[in-house]
Formats: sequence, C-alpha cells, structure tokens
Amino acid sequence: MRSLIDVQDLSTGEIDELIATACDIIQTPAKYSEACHGKKLATLFFEPSTRTRLSFEAAMYELGGHVMSVSSGATSSAAKGESVADTAKTVSCYADIIAMRHPKEGAPYVAAQNASIPVINAGDGGHNHPTQTLTDLLTIYREKGHFDNLTVGFCGDLKFGRTVHSLISAMSRYANVKFVLISPEELKVPSYVKSEYIKKKGIPYVQTEELMDVIGDLDILYMTRVQRERFFNEEDYLRLKDSYILDPKKLEQAKPDLCIMHPLPRVNEISVAVDDDPRACYFKQVLNGKYIRMALILKLLKEAGTL
Amino acid sequence: MNIDSISNGIVIDHIKADNGMKLYDLLNLGNLNCSVAIIKNVNSKKMGKKDIIKIDANIPIDLNVIGFVDPDVTVNIIHDGKVVEKKDIGMPEKLVNVIKCKNPRCITSTEQELVHIFKLADAETKTYRCIYCETKANI
Repeated sequence: MRSLIDVQDLSTGEIDELIATACDIIQTPAKYSEACHGKKLATLFFEPSTRTRLSFEAAMYELGGHVMSVSSGATSSAAKGESVADTAKTVSCYADIIAMRHPKEGAPYVAAQNASIPVINAGDGGHNHPTQTLTDLLTIYREKGHFDNLTVGFCGDLKFGRTVHSLISAMSRYANVKFVLISPEELKVPSYVKSEYIKKKGIPYVQTEELMDVIGDLDILYMTRVQRERFFNEEDYLRLKDSYILDPKKLEQAKPDLCIMHPLPRVNEISVAVDDDPRACYFKQVLNGKYIRMALILKLLKEAGTL
Repeated sequence: MNIDSISNGIVIDHIKADNGMKLYDLLNLGNLNCSVAIIKNVNSKKMGKKDIIKIDANIPIDLNVIGFVDPDVTVNIIHDGKVVEKKDIGMPEKLVNVIKCKNPRCITSTEQELVHIFKLADAETKTYRCIYCETKANI
C-alpha cells in the first residue's frame, strides 16, 4: 500500500505530476468537485494543529469526500494506551485514507506498516512533514514558474525547523540552485543535512548570521519561527526568538520579485506590515497547501485502487 | 600471554582494538555457559593492536552484529583443532533488535513492542539510521 511518510519517497517525476494536478485543480475546480464522492479521510491528529488538519479536511471536502476526525490524543484510544499499530488497523476498517500527525517521530511510518489504506504523514514531531514541503514546492512553482536557477534563503531556526531540512533536500534535486543559510550560531542547519543534501551534491551555499548581508541576493526567502516547543530551556528560547525579524525597512534592499515564504504560524519574525507587500507569499502558501493535498489524496487513492 | 587453542568453536580475529568488549556485549557472550576468552591489545603486524575473541563451542552467531561493529574482522570456525570455515563479514543492510534507538522523541521510546530496526544509510561513513526517526546509531 503506497503511503507518504517522507518527501524523499517521491520521485522528481511524481512531484512534477502532483504539482501539475494541483495546478489543474486550481484552473478547473469543478472537474474535481466529486472526484472523491463517497470516500472517507480520517484525520488523526495526536498533536495540536490548525492549518494542517483544516487543510486536509478542506481538501477532502472540495474533492466531494467525507472527513472523520480525531483532533487530540486525549480524546482518542491513544489516551488508554492503544498502540499506533492498533489504531491504524482499526481506522483502516472505517476510512479510505489516513492523515496522521503525531508527537513521536516515526509514528506515521508505524501506522503505514500496519494500515490497509494509504497513510499520509501530516507531521511527526520534529522529523518529517512532507505535505508542507509539497506546499512549499507548489508555492515556489506558482510564483517563479520553475525550480532551477534560484537562490533560496532560509532564515531563523534552521536547526529544529523540519520544514527547512525537507525543503533543502527537495530543492537540492534541481539544477543551479544556491542556498543561503541565515541563522544564529545556536540554530544552524545540522551538519548531516548540510553534508547529505548540499555538500555531497556540490551545491553552492553561503552560511551567515546577518540577514541584511544577503537579502539582496535572494529569489526566495523562507522565514521560520523559533519554536518554543523545540527548546528544552526557556532561557535559550527567550534569548534567540527575536534574532531575525523581517520588516518593510529590511525589504527595501530585497529584489522586487522576491518570494517571502513562511510555514506558519508566525510569532513576530515577520512584521504584520509586510503582509501587504506583494512579495509576501505566506498566505498564498496556506491556500496552495489545500490544493497540493487534494492532488496527493487523489494520487494515493488512485494508486490504492480506491478511485 | 598464552590462551589455550580451542578444538571446536569460533575465533573472531582481527578485531580493532577496543571493539572486543563491544562485540562481547552485543553478541551476548556473557550469557554462554562455555568458555569465552577476550584477548585485548594483541600485537599485530597489520593492525598495530587488535582484539581476539575465542568461544569454546560452535554456537550460532549473528554475523550482522559483527559486521555492524567491525566489518573487517575474520571469523574462523574451528573443528577438531582445524579451521574448517572462514566467514565473510560485510556491513549488513539492516540490523534488527541489535541496538535500541536513543532518541527520546522516537516512537520506539514509548511503544516497547516495536522491533528496533536500523538501516545502513551510508556505507562510506558506516552510518546506520533508525528506520522510524532516522537518528544515527551509536553503540
């Protein structure tokens, strides 16, 4: 049974195909409005989420399907100590496809090994979040029209930011890409990400602590939140959270066609004054998330023979 | 220093110095009833120093564990005082329930019945990663 646990599970051809389907859905939504008629998506969210869960649910509704939802570990059998494997086997009896978020890394993989229906990883702790990466790729494609020949800047928490690692690995597949890694010393990209996806592939990169030194070079600026929940120590969090705040003044030095992205939620790393700038793409990104999830649900249900 | 040669059993030779005890622990040799000798820091022309393990019984042995700890060792099967077989050791593609993932955020930390599996991620750097959370294996 084909599931999606890690974006690396998808070939470049499959990513292109998902992006093409998403673009077609955007162009001709009516064509897809009953595509999943009578099919059920189970969203199993054992960790808080607003965007991702609603995005999956909106995606299934817009495909004409139904949604069953567990929105917290506390209200499910997990609270009674049920294993992920048993939950997956049980839900397979009710639903046609599962979207799972879980605080433990690898939980959706365990679910996929035990379910008889496709499982989509909707985020497992600080590990993988493949549909966010697909969302980011669709946004880049819609804003730029291509993936090659881009200088992509990542700013903020590059150590714990799973979306950053995943997007670096996905973008490293394309030609003439350059990475600019902007973070405080404590939150640098882990060395294994750098060695596996950047150095091994001979991709040029710059590592700096100063956003303003490089902002003018960027085609994409991917901002990230310094996440409180990834810190063991409150003192470290408070010291680092304001390191990089993007505001209209800083943007004066950026390219006129810069694409500013953020996986959201934002705290204060992008000033609200930036929201009206045409270069701000983070709310478009949210919308793109729904379309790419529609494309993914369709693909996996077709491969499972359900559609 | 002299250690008696064995007539029926296994000799694990050419173990990198300091890996002998790791192998002893991971192969659970402490649970055997037969004689087991670990000889540490033996002078070696090729290696400078090496460790050797001698097991005085022909027990089944998990070659994947040996390949994980030290793929360059030699495993000799001894019968009637003669070497009757030399086992080829390489780096195994997969380790099942040999080591446990130490990442506290890994699903294996809360679901005790899950099988602990590590896969060879990079043969050049001898890196194994947990199949659930991709954390690097540490002995």
